[in-house]
Formats: sequence, C-alpha cells, structure tokens
Amino acid sequence: MTDQFIQLGHGGGGRLSRDLIQREIVSRFGDGALKGLPDGATLPVPAGRFMVFTTDSFVVQPLEFPGGNIGDLAVHGTVNDLAVCGAIPRWLSLALILEEGLPLVTLRHVLDSVKRAADDCGVAVVTGDTKVVERGQCDGMYVNTAGIGERMDGFELGANRVVPGDHILVSGPVGDHGMAVLAAREGIRITHGVTSDTGPVHRLVQAVREFAPAIRFMRDPTRGGLAAVLNEVVEDRAMGILLNESDLPYSKGAKAAAELLGVDLLQVASEGRMILIADPSISEAVLKIWKSIPEGCGAARIGVVTDAKGRVVLETVTGGRRLVDVPRGELLPRIC
Amino acid sequence: MNYIDGFRDPAVARGIRATVDALAGALLARNRSVNIMEVCGSHTMAIARYGIRDILPSNVNLISGPGCPVCVTPTRYIDAAITLAERGVIVVTFGDMILVPGSVSTLAECRARGGTVEVAYSPMRTIELAVANPDCEVVFLAIGFETTTAPVISIVEQAIRLGIKNVSLLTAFKLVPPALTALLSDPEIRIDAFLCPAHVSAIIGADAYKPFAETYKVPCVVAGFEPLDILYGVQGILEQVAQGKAEVVNQYARVVKAQGNLQAQALMTKYLEPVDAAWRGIGVLPKSGLGLRPEYAAYDAEHKYGVTVELGAENPACACGEVLKGKQKPPECSLFGSACTPDHPVGPCMVSTEGTCSAYFKYLR
Repeated sequence: MTDQFIQLGHGGGGRLSRDLIQREIVSRFGDGALKGLPDGATLPVPAGRFMVFTTDSFVVQPLEFPGGNIGDLAVHGTVNDLAVCGAIPRWLSLALILEEGLPLVTLRHVLDSVKRAADDCGVAVVTGDTKVVERGQCDGMYVNTAGIGERMDGFELGANRVVPGDHILVSGPVGDHGMAVLAAREGIRITHGVTSDTGPVHRLVQAVREFAPAIRFMRDPTRGGLAAVLNEVVEDRAMGILLNESDLPYSKGAKAAAELLGVDLLQVASEGRMILIADPSISEAVLKIWKSIPEGCGAARIGVVTDAKGRVVLETVTGGRRLVDVPRGELLPRIC
Repeated sequence: MNYIDGFRDPAVARGIRATVDALAGALLARNRSVNIMEVCGSHTMAIARYGIRDILPSNVNLISGPGCPVCVTPTRYIDAAITLAERGVIVVTFGDMILVPGSVSTLAECRARGGTVEVAYSPMRTIELAVANPDCEVVFLAIGFETTTAPVISIVEQAIRLGIKNVSLLTAFKLVPPALTALLSDPEIRIDAFLCPAHVSAIIGADAYKPFAETYKVPCVVAGFEPLDILYGVQGILEQVAQGKAEVVNQYARVVKAQGNLQAQALMTKYLEPVDAAWRGIGVLPKSGLGLRPEYAAYDAEHKYGVTVELGAENPACACGEVLKGKQKPPECSLFGSACTPDHPVGPCMVSTEGTCSAYFKYLR
C-alpha cells in the first residue's frame, strides 16, 4: 500500500476497502469462520450448553499507552466480561471505526495486538466491520468487540448470592490501567512508571472452577474501580463490606501517580484484574492457586462481607474507618 | 526516604494515638474539650480519607475550616466563566471547578452544551492552548489559596515574556490569614487551636501565623497532609493546650520554612494586590483576595471582556456560614437534602465532597 494514512475511500466499499481488508484483516484473522468473508459467522454451538454473549466499545485516548493499546484492551475487555460470567471465551467480533488520516502504522500495531491477545486468550475473531469517518469525527479510532463464550458448569453467580461472612479477593494490584492512561494523557513521567494492567482473567477463572459452587460473585473492576463494583454488590441490601487498607494491593507507580494527580485508587479502572467473593472456606485455596499463575501473582484477600447495611467501609492505616463512596462521574483531580 | 508509606505506618500511628489518648484523657479529667479547626480543604480530605475523626477521643473535635478555594468560589464567578465559555473563549480550569454550581449551571453542563471548557493539570497548559489557537482567546480560571497563586500568575509572566496577547486570568485568588482573622474575630465561634495548612504554609511561611498565637492566644501547628502528620499535629496541639501555651510550631519542617517561599512571594507581589473577596456561604471578607495590579489589566479577563464578578450575597437560605462556625447542624438548614445535595450543591459545605454538609449527607443521614 503506497499511501500511509487511512483515507475516506478505505471505507467506501470499493477497491481501496477490499485492499485494506485483505492486507490488514484477512492476513491476520482469515482462517476459520472469517474465511471467504461471509456476511456472518456460522459457529458450532455444543448441544444443550449455555452460551454467554457480551459487547463492549473502546474509545481510549491515547490509542497506545504504557503496557498496551486499544487493540489488546478491546480483546481483554470482552474476554474478561465473559470470564467473570463463568464462561470460556470462544469467539469475538471486531468492529473498527477509523478516522480519516489515521496512520496505517498505528492501525497495524493495534491489529497485531488484537491478534496476539486473541491467540493468548484462545478466542477467534470470526466476524467484523470497518468504517471510515471524516477527519474530526472520531479520535483516531474506536473499536467495538462482541464476544461469545461457553458457560462452565457449576457457576451460579450474582450479587444476590453474597452473604455476610464471605471473603473478598482481588487478583492483583488495582488501578494501574486508569493511572497509566491518565499519566500518558497528561504527559506525566514518574520515576517508577506506571504500566497498564490490561490482560486476560479467563485463566484465573478456569483455574478455580472446581470451587464454582462456593463462588458467589465475580467481576472485573473497570470504570469506577473497586469502589463502584463493591458498592453495587451491597446497594440496597442488608449487608455491607469492610475493607482493610493495609491489605489492598497497589503498585508503586500507580500509587505515585494517584498521589500526584489527587485521585483515589479505589475508584480507578483496572483492565486485567478480577474481584471474587466466595465462601470463607475456599478463599485460602483460591489465593494459593491464583498466586501460582502469572496474572494472579499479586492476588490478595482485601476484606469481608459484613452485616452493616448497604455500606462499603475502609479500615485505614490509622485504624480509623471511612465510607468508600461511588465515584460520581469522571475522575477529577483536586487542586488542593 | 519513602515519602508515601513512611508517613502511613500503622505501628507508628498506634503509638501517636496512645499519646493523643493520654493527653486528651488528662484534659477530660479537668473537664476540658478542645476544638481544633483544620483550616485547609486538603486536611479535611485527608482526615476523612484516613478516618481520623473516628479515632480521636470524644473531647477532641476537629472543625472543618473555610474549606478549599474551589468550594468557596462564589456563584457569580462561575456565571462569569460560563458566559465566557459560551462566547467561544477557551476557558481553562483545574478539574474540580467544573462541578461547582453557578446560579443556573456548572461548567461541566456548559461544556456539554458546547461551551469551550478545557480541564488542565498544569496552568501552563493555558500558554500551550493560546499558542496553538492564535485566533482564539484563552482564559484561565485563576482560583486558589497562596499555594497555587504563584504557578498561576506565572501564566502572565510567560505571556509577557513570549509576547502572547490572547491569554488572560479570571481572578478569584484567596488568602488564608485574613479568613482566620475573620473567624477569630467572631465572638460566636470557639476555636482553641489551628491545624495550619501544609502547602499554603510552604509559600507564606510558618511565621505568618505568629499574630494568631500572640494576639489571640491560639496554638498554631503546621502539619503535613499524611495521616501521621495529622495525628502528630493533633498531639502537638494537645501538648500546648495541656501546658497552657500558644505558640506556632512547625511540624512540617521537611517542606515549610519560617519565612516561606520568598521567590513565590515576590512573584505574587509583582503582579497582584490585595482586594476584598467574596467567599461562598461566608460573605465578603476585606482584603482576603488578590487581584491583578492595574498595570496588568490587559491580562485581566474581567477588564478585557467587560464581564464583572460582583461582590454580592449568595443564596440567603444557605446556612453554610453558620455550619462552618458550628452554630447549626447541616439538617437545620432549610436547603439541606432538598434544594442542596451532593449532586446539586448550593453552599461550600456541600460542594466539597468531604465538606461538613456533604459528609453529613453521606454518613449520617
């Protein structure tokens, strides 16, 4: 391809479109269901099985950030949504909205990352779409992925299954993704650096499937962070959550960036972590298994479910307690 | 040295708590309670974030002071900023300003309607935007206590140096010492000691509090914003109260000097002069703010665009002034929980996420 930037014609359905699809999409994902570019993917669903279906859109800025880019993020986001529903991720769709003028090299980086991440997660990209919009109508590129997974036996998940006494586990340091993106966006350089945690959690779920009946709830703490997920669990219910600040895993870099920007890491997104709430009898075993897997090596028990109605409370390093509130909307740094 | 974890060590915290408990116990035996005002919004936030109020003895009360400069920004200032953004002026602001309500809307709502509002982490972003958009006017919302004044005023210094004409400031700078004088002069409010701000003190210097210790006999302890700093600050105050002393003690000597930051002070004096200023919910306090000197009027957005931020009363029903003085509890205000909530705040005590009214709404309702 001689021209090194996306043009409106790449989305026009003509020769430019066909070239782009052949060179960039079919070359990477052209085996299996995508072969021959049918209008839809025909997939073999095992008889009598429950399938889980989800979708997510990605508009992150900058498109490439320390630790990842919009491509692997789009795969991990959807794979993780399937995984925390107790499913084995199988198939993904990939829809791209590209802005006129996007450097082709950026698109290639992103698609390489999609391919690498999908292979790592054992999912196949089986259908997709590409549109090009005029300059100024989107911020470089937007990505949507939908995913289908096969639900594993034994998982009965839901906030309504959580009971006082349950233990709350997290699979690793939280808030790295949000801080990496925020720091990259603002051009803030920190000695220890902060790298996005974007990554899959499906291996963590599959590794503990033998304990499925004792696992009540799983979720990946993306937007709104731990605070949003845990408040959702106990909202309007006759139970609460007590977290211990000394047990919360944070990376050094995320902590430094959060201090500098004045944000609370409990409210910051992770893209490669999961929360698991389970009967106390299995929490030690789950932690042990998680810690033996690379993506779970920083796992920790962070708190318990209590009977304090509807409240998420943090016991701080001073021994005092405070309410962990739901973030209102966007993360706004305080000036003072 | 590790400047984060070192000042959050649970074992050290337990040690200071034991001393605080012992000092407070001895005062209680003499029937003595101690009202400590934490002057600065960042102390209020840290006290809430680490649950410090929760662990103090019952006869030691922390009273939240005038809050943060964002929370005390008057309605009419926000209105003026919105007017500018609606006229196509690029309005640049620190993030937490965009949720502060004006008389009809916030800057966040203004942005959603198409107003040009840019959130910046550094005031210098204003210069970048002015250079990148030579055909647009760029205004920085110049609010803040002494801490942020010097970096903000350096926008003007840079603009002059680089010959940039399309930059100006909408000023609402506030000064801490005049606010403390106003509080101490009010016979209805009983403050036994000040926990003095960390960053503000780095600029104005610990000596700036000497008049309060000497004239009003109020102990002043300058403390950092880490949990151990605050607990140790409370300990320092209780020691003075127990001994009947009233001195300025600088416990934040790793940052704060007696004279403060002379370079920042010189920069402020060069460009700014004291003006009367309106504090949301409190009213107009004489010479409690800073405005641009007349010779720099070309960088004063009020002058440049003919918008005026009048000094006037706020919603008369808002009882924040009384709440701040401890004369009313939040639910006694007629607006509390109905016209005034954390999502639609009226006064500064609700605007701040850890303000007295906001905390009351979240924790105690």
